[in-house]
Amino acid sequence: MTSTPATLNYEKPTPGGRYSLWDLMRSEWLKLSSVRSTFWTLGLTVIIGLGVSAIASSVTRSHWSSQSASSRASFDPTSLSLTGVFVAQLIIGVLGVMVMSGEYGTGTIRATLSAAPRRPLVLLAKVAVFGAVALVVALVTSFLAFFIGQTLLSAPAVHATLSTPGALREVVGTGLFIGLIGIFSLGLATIIRHTAGAISTFVAILLVVPNILRAFPNSVFNDAIRYFPSRIGAAFLSSNQGPPRNAFSPWIGLLVMAAYTVALLILGAMVMVRRDA
Amino acid sequence: MIEAKGLTKRFGDKLAVDQLSFEVRPGFVTGFLGPNGSGKSTTMRMIMGLDYANAGDARVNGHHYHDLRWPLREVGALLEARAIHPGRSARKHLLMMAAANRIARRRVDEVLDVVGLTDVANQRVGKFSLGMGQRLGIAAALLGDPGVLLFDEPINGLDPDGIRWVRLLLKSLAQEGRTVFVSSHLMSEMALTADEVVIIGKGRLIVQIAIDELLAQSSRRSVRVSSPDLASLRSALDGVGATTSVEDDGSLTVRGKDHREIGTLAAQRSIVLYELTPQSESLEEAFMDLTESSVEYTGSPSASPQQLKETER
Repeated sequence: MTSTPATLNYEKPTPGGRYSLWDLMRSEWLKLSSVRSTFWTLGLTVIIGLGVSAIASSVTRSHWSSQSASSRASFDPTSLSLTGVFVAQLIIGVLGVMVMSGEYGTGTIRATLSAAPRRPLVLLAKVAVFGAVALVVALVTSFLAFFIGQTLLSAPAVHATLSTPGALREVVGTGLFIGLIGIFSLGLATIIRHTAGAISTFVAILLVVPNILRAFPNSVFNDAIRYFPSRIGAAFLSSNQGPPRNAFSPWIGLLVMAAYTVALLILGAMVMVRRDA
Repeated sequence: MIEAKGLTKRFGDKLAVDQLSFEVRPGFVTGFLGPNGSGKSTTMRMIMGLDYANAGDARVNGHHYHDLRWPLREVGALLEARAIHPGRSARKHLLMMAAANRIARRRVDEVLDVVGLTDVANQRVGKFSLGMGQRLGIAAALLGDPGVLLFDEPINGLDPDGIRWVRLLLKSLAQEGRTVFVSSHLMSEMALTADEVVIIGKGRLIVQIAIDELLAQSSRRSVRVSSPDLASLRSALDGVGATTSVEDDGSLTVRGKDHREIGTLAAQRSIVLYELTPQSESLEEAFMDLTESSVEYTGSPSASPQQLKETER
């Protein structure tokens, strides 16, 4: 430490401008890429996505000869090869939660907000960086699962290519939907803040509540179920039969899912601005 | 420069900070002193814009924290030790902060060197000792080379060497013309480091005072006197406006008159004195006197200063 004579004020030149969204996105990228849990969870997303799809496809191939004619006719090879990607949505959702709740749990949020007190901008940077990563990983997993699955479903089993009607839509739609699930859970964690609470809520919305709904009269169930992410996601996996009953069509479903996510993020930003860090 | 005006914070129906006003000037180390739970950390978080004030206003260099253009280049803070992701390395933690305010990468290595963490910079913070975590927090505060620095209990968890190092660091930062605001619940520590102290209790300002002045005040002496004719001595002293109290051992503690005046008075009245001893109060005792009525958690009403210090740990 140098000791200079006492001056009344410490003056030094600061650059013009102000910290920007881009600066915060670089910071978020460093955060995301500097903890091992990111790589574990993303790696697990890919492994489960591909693994489950590969198992489902090869099992179907080996039992193909014993399948009835009608089930052979209604068989959708694309949908089958994407099964694993839907299992993986749970993991990417957990990562989305941890990206946000980890900041609060460890106290890093105070360092983050000391550097960037405009909280909505911090949230935006986080969504941009994690959202991009989640979408890329989900899309890559979806395509790889498709190709691996179709390779394993060799003749005489029916298999698809990307030019099979509806196949590309299923693959791309599934990737987008799963990526969106990650951002959705990040929004959830912005509101709930605690890892355990946010993950429980996420799992409840995804799996538990739709099942509880089955206890209600059919009319209620049929009206309500279409609004749940699980049913919205299922609509993507049905290229050769049309969407399941009581569901939005795939692209409308994706829009509904996107609207949920945006609403959660706006609510999250409001909570973030109002509450003490 | 840090200014707090009428800063007030409520948690539920508990008033954590109550109409607190003070100024922290550049070029000095200003201590922020109060018993645990008196609102020091909350006040610092409000200055940093992390907690919102229910009323009042805190400004840094004339701005609200929220409006700073490059916050880390203007204000550096060590708020709580270990408020850092345990899975991230020290260097990555500093790099992610630097990126947010476009601070050069080489500055990260500089501050790691200043706090002596260069060798462990790539280790995960979860493996750090409390003292190392504290050093990393100080590195983060220094990262943007800011003119205003806040340190919340910076010596917690440091070994004697580290404590000495922090003292020198705080002083040299102030000497460079920076504003240095450092909280502690230990008066003795502040006496060694600070030029001035802001003393609070139960969220309220008790006094903002230069350390020299506080030292002078705390050495306002009492005098221990013993005499075979205690009654006459007491009435004589009462007559000239001194306050007296009889101790358990039969001696008299006199305040308001020094030993010379008491000796002269006794001679004039022909009262025999066996003992005439000036007593000085320690700085810690002066602090206890000031904050006595505002200590949040005491073991018992008659807790001695020593007991109190132990409950604070």
